[in-house]
Amino acid sequence: MTVLLENLGKRFGAGAPVLEGVSASIAQGEFVALLGASGCGKSTLLNIIAGLERPTSGALEVPADGAAFMFQDAALYPWLTARGNIELALKLRGVGKAERRARATELLDLVHLGEAGDKRPHELSGGMRQRVALARALSQDRQVLLMDEPFAALDAITRDLLHEELTRIWRETGRTIIFVTHNVREAIRLGQRVLLLSSRPGRVVAEWAVPEETKNDAAAVAALTGDVTARLREEIARHAK
Amino acid sequence: MPSNSTLERDTVSTQAPGHAQPQSSDAELRTLEAGLDHLQSETSRRRRDWTRALLPIAAVVVLVLAWQLYVSLGLKRRDLVPGPFDVLASLAELWAEGKVQESVWTSLQRGLLGFAVSVVVATPLGLLLGQVRTLRRAFGPLISGLQVLPSVAWVPAAIIWFGLTDATVYFVVLMGAIPSIVNGLVSGIDQVPPQYRSVAKVLGASRAELALQVILPASLPGYVAGLKQGWAFSWRSLMAAEIIAVGGTMGFGLGSLLDQGRTLSDMGVVMSAILIILFVGILIELAVFGPIERRLLARRGLLSGSTG
Repeated sequence: MTVLLENLGKRFGAGAPVLEGVSASIAQGEFVALLGASGCGKSTLLNIIAGLERPTSGALEVPADGAAFMFQDAALYPWLTARGNIELALKLRGVGKAERRARATELLDLVHLGEAGDKRPHELSGGMRQRVALARALSQDRQVLLMDEPFAALDAITRDLLHEELTRIWRETGRTIIFVTHNVREAIRLGQRVLLLSSRPGRVVAEWAVPEETKNDAAAVAALTGDVTARLREEIARHAK
Repeated sequence: MPSNSTLERDTVSTQAPGHAQPQSSDAELRTLEAGLDHLQSETSRRRRDWTRALLPIAAVVVLVLAWQLYVSLGLKRRDLVPGPFDVLASLAELWAEGKVQESVWTSLQRGLLGFAVSVVVATPLGLLLGQVRTLRRAFGPLISGLQVLPSVAWVPAAIIWFGLTDATVYFVVLMGAIPSIVNGLVSGIDQVPPQYRSVAKVLGASRAELALQVILPASLPGYVAGLKQGWAFSWRSLMAAEIIAVGGTMGFGLGSLLDQGRTLSDMGVVMSAILIILFVGILIELAVFGPIERRLLARRGLLSGSTG
């Protein structure tokens, strides 16, 4: 197991718990989609896995070197070029100068941005910025990649292409990906497994496997989408009282 | 993932026509992305804009003409309100005596040296205040307060401490420039988007790396604005100090020239000194800070749509 969560709980101060009894195990090389409505504590959960926050109860097991992180906002540094952003990440990891240059070229090529390396973030489109952010996250060379709604702010065409792109990169690099989303279709399209988180407190309440055959079968995808959506709505309706 | 899964996907996509998602080959995906990137990227280029140079010159010409017009109406005595040509004449005289060159050189040297020392002192101070909460809480109000205090107020104290020496001038310049540079840097740091810090943290930056590689460049626009203001304060404080502290071992600066004009009741000299002081200030702004600031903002995509 690459990531193991056991009865994880988190509360801030004396408030209501944000996460309670979250248990999950994620295998090496697996692509897991975490699905949940607002207030499911998904960002907190990712922060805990990344080691940015500590859980208040329970235990977790993550690779010793931590995890790479990609945010909803590309958050590229505007004073650096696309290449410069990736090279800075490598530099902070302690990679030598010559190797930084070579690695950055490789990573830019991996996200199909070989030509745009010398552009600054404001000259790039939203989709290109997210690809640079992805390359920057991959430059950390960590087994686990955490993604917090990375495509939520993109238009549908771009998002569609980036789904393919991410799947391809996942296959090529063999990373373990934990992908948080609000979007049922996105979760099913990308994840090998979809975990549904409840809201306030967040807890894993349902789980679906999405085998490759299902992904390639339109009818099966539609049926699964219906299932997951129904369960998600049930979870949201619980909060109407 | 093993590479054979890619093969698997390819065979599936060719055999099953009713699959759910479009599956493209790597080359297709590359082409699609390149097309979309091209469609979504901006291609506009800034071209050379002559109005940037011509409009300010036109504005000055208009003001000088209005000045000349007022003087030729003859409402005031000529020795009290000299016209542009009278001032030009006394400026030429001062130039011939070598006083312009001497005073500009003395003042500029003092101003630049004082400013340089202020930058060296204020930058680490600003970084510390911007990054360490306790220090910020303790010293922040004091440094903001110092900016409100006109640095001329330090002149009497400086004269008592250092006498009529260059030390007096430098002390006043430092007291004027340091607070505004610190404040500029601190407000620049306050405006750094929080994601920049989270990203740096996730990328494994140490505290020092965070400060130097992320926070300092991120706050550069605020820092440069602070430097610009710091220079303005240095220059102003310098003039104030030079006007008040005259004699002793002090050299002959622009402030001294202004004071000399006042003592001699020579309005031509006074106006000349004022114009030179203004001219040097504008020159530094146009030749140094303007280009740096514009370049900095344009590189970050912050200038489009502004009047700058």
